[in-house]
Amino acid sequence: MWDWASFLHYIHSPYLLTGAAISLGLSVGAMLIGLVLGLIAAMMRMSERRWLRLPASGYVWLFRGTPVLVQLIIIYTGLPQLGIQLGVVASALIGLGVNEGAYLAEIIRSGVLAVPKGQFEAARAIGMTWPKTMRVVVMPQALRIIIPPLGNAFNGLMKTSSLASVISLEELLRRTELLVQVQFKVLEIFLVAAFYYLVLTTVWSVIQGWLEAYASRSVAEDRTTRRTKLAAAVESAVLSS
Amino acid sequence: MTQGTEDKRVAVVDARGVHKYFGQNHVLKGVDLTVYKGEVVVIIGPSGGGKSTFLRTINHLDRPDSGEVCINGTALGVPPKGSRRATLSDAGLSRQRRQVGMVFQQFNLFSHMTALENVMCGPVQVLKTPRTVALVDAKRLLALVGLADKEASYPAQLSGGQQQRVAIARALAMHPAVMLFDEPTSALDPEMVGEVLKVMLDLSEQGMTMVVVTHEVQFARKAADRILFMEEGRIIEEGRPEELMGNPRNERTRSFLRMVMGEA
Repeated sequence: MWDWASFLHYIHSPYLLTGAAISLGLSVGAMLIGLVLGLIAAMMRMSERRWLRLPASGYVWLFRGTPVLVQLIIIYTGLPQLGIQLGVVASALIGLGVNEGAYLAEIIRSGVLAVPKGQFEAARAIGMTWPKTMRVVVMPQALRIIIPPLGNAFNGLMKTSSLASVISLEELLRRTELLVQVQFKVLEIFLVAAFYYLVLTTVWSVIQGWLEAYASRSVAEDRTTRRTKLAAAVESAVLSS
Repeated sequence: MTQGTEDKRVAVVDARGVHKYFGQNHVLKGVDLTVYKGEVVVIIGPSGGGKSTFLRTINHLDRPDSGEVCINGTALGVPPKGSRRATLSDAGLSRQRRQVGMVFQQFNLFSHMTALENVMCGPVQVLKTPRTVALVDAKRLLALVGLADKEASYPAQLSGGQQQRVAIARALAMHPAVMLFDEPTSALDPEMVGEVLKVMLDLSEQGMTMVVVTHEVQFARKAADRILFMEEGRIIEEGRPEELMGNPRNERTRSFLRMVMGEA
């Protein structure tokens, strides 16, 4: 039997809200770790030097080729066997972050490769060093290409963060399960959890829209003129018919 | 020209025995060129003859496999004496490149920056010129190429001819010792070629040292102090415009000129 009162009660439960906040914090932290690792790995994979390319390729291959759930369990319950003891939060951050980095490396690399070669050459020709060329000329242009897939990755990560419940991190899913075990309102409480995840991803997609518009501002005006031209074309077609 | 007058002139570009391979393909087979201060050298010749590649070795955008390029007496890409490196560091070579401005066939304006930002970018990022100083200079240069009213436009909003003129202003903003032009009008619609050539002609009259790879024979005739004919990775013939165009000695030069003049 569906119980509205319970649903409405748990929807502002501080216990679950805190869980959602922890999920968000975990996702943001893992994303930041992933961005740093992904950027480094992407640069290494594009290097002319084999000894830089190989380890980065190995990293991407390993972490994209195994399930993140397995990675989390290995880090939290497997590594202590080798004398490496990490706390729950550290394990989750590292596990999700390192895994995310492997995916982000590929996204960042494809974005940089999509920037025309002439942009690199023009930057080099006015005397920019390699790092400056990347920072001032290439990355800002790559960003426009990268932001949509990067945003999707973060959307995915907010949901994947629920896997940390398996290593007993008290994020949203774990707290939901714990609450269900004492309250028995399975459907109501899980729907509250689903609702929270939906709120997180929805708010993020709005933010992502802003970011995309910001990164595309140099081409945006071009697009408006194109739209005006299209409108004019339609108008003249209608008038002439 | 006698040896005595040559010695008094300042060599801005001095390329010696430049060889370049792309894989098995021997693109440059020992090219020598000295460009003196204020001189305009135009390189003509059939496509695939190595003109653009040679131009790109002058600022080491393509490093020569052998031979040497000196800019104002300093050999590019050569580490200082006593250094253990085989080649100069990236930072060192970048520093040397500041002296050489380059204009590309495809303009290559930074597409995420406005015209003004494109021109200011080099001085601010590379030379560490204060923004206020760079801004004044960039506005002056945009006015020089006739685009004072386009400073807030992004490259995508400009025509090809306008983009190329911004690109010229961007290169000039570094106050280079020499300007390289790599087929600057080849990617333009015919009606825009004139506006770009006019800017280049103005520059040459103001005494800018220039090396220009182009198919525009009329420009070569008007602006060049010297024309080189290049084919199969070698300079086949060189001379003053009236000599080389009026009375080419080499049969290959003659037939090439007949072909391009016929087209025009």
